[in-house]
Amino acid sequence: MSMKVHTRQVDGVTILDLSGRITLGEGSITIRDAVRDVLAKGSSKILLNLGDVNYIDSSGIGELVSAFTTVKNSGGELKLLNLTKKVHDLLQITKLYTVFDVKDDEASAIAAFTK
Amino acid sequence: MADSTKSRAEMTLGSTLESVDLVERTAEEWAQGTGFDEDTVSHISIAAREAAVNAVLHGNAYDTKKHITASFERTADSLIIRLTDEGAGLDPDKIPDPLAPENILRGSGRGIFLIRAFMDEVGIRQLHPGTELTLIKHRTPEQTGS
Repeated sequence: MSMKVHTRQVDGVTILDLSGRITLGEGSITIRDAVRDVLAKGSSKILLNLGDVNYIDSSGIGELVSAFTTVKNSGGELKLLNLTKKVHDLLQITKLYTVFDVKDDEASAIAAFTK
Repeated sequence: MADSTKSRAEMTLGSTLESVDLVERTAEEWAQGTGFDEDTVSHISIAAREAAVNAVLHGNAYDTKKHITASFERTADSLIIRLTDEGAGLDPDKIPDPLAPENILRGSGRGIFLIRAFMDEVGIRQLHPGTELTLIKHRTPEQTGS
């Protein structure tokens, strides 16, 4: 299953609901384009909902890191929401779990963005 | 679908993302057929995918004139997956540590690290030209039926 992105706004935060696979090729490019689109539209608070991401490879992890640094360098914030066990384990192994601000509840994630 | 007895299969594939996906799916089937638990199957699948990406992207650089081979072998005590490419070769001593502070925010460079994290043994052999990656996962006594 290829990756799909659904975008919505909640209290000034752009939530990207991702589903499917984030892997080399289509999935990675989809994330990159989605984050760039959000930044281009002037929003800098981005919450990536990974609850329906069932597979991620090293390219996908790299894309999450690139999204994080791109948003941060633009003066914004990017947080992760609802990690599946597979994604959680990969971020732990690669020591990225503490780099990202990871949340498991949407309301508290939105509240955690700088007002 | 691979059966649960000792067996071996090999495929020669083009340098494409479709080949990467096929290696991933085949590795998953062989891992399931070997009797590994769900987490281990997932880990083997990811490791095989990373090895295939390494062969197609970093080895053959998507060159349509070059091929990769993938072999899957189930022995009495292990599942062995081998990937070869026809590229310039991979020097394991020159692979940056993705956990080093200066590399932690890099957008790439985690493939070999994940392979090593998920498999019990990993071999890198120069083929002149090309590279052979050997990924080994040992079966537990429960999985071997002994």
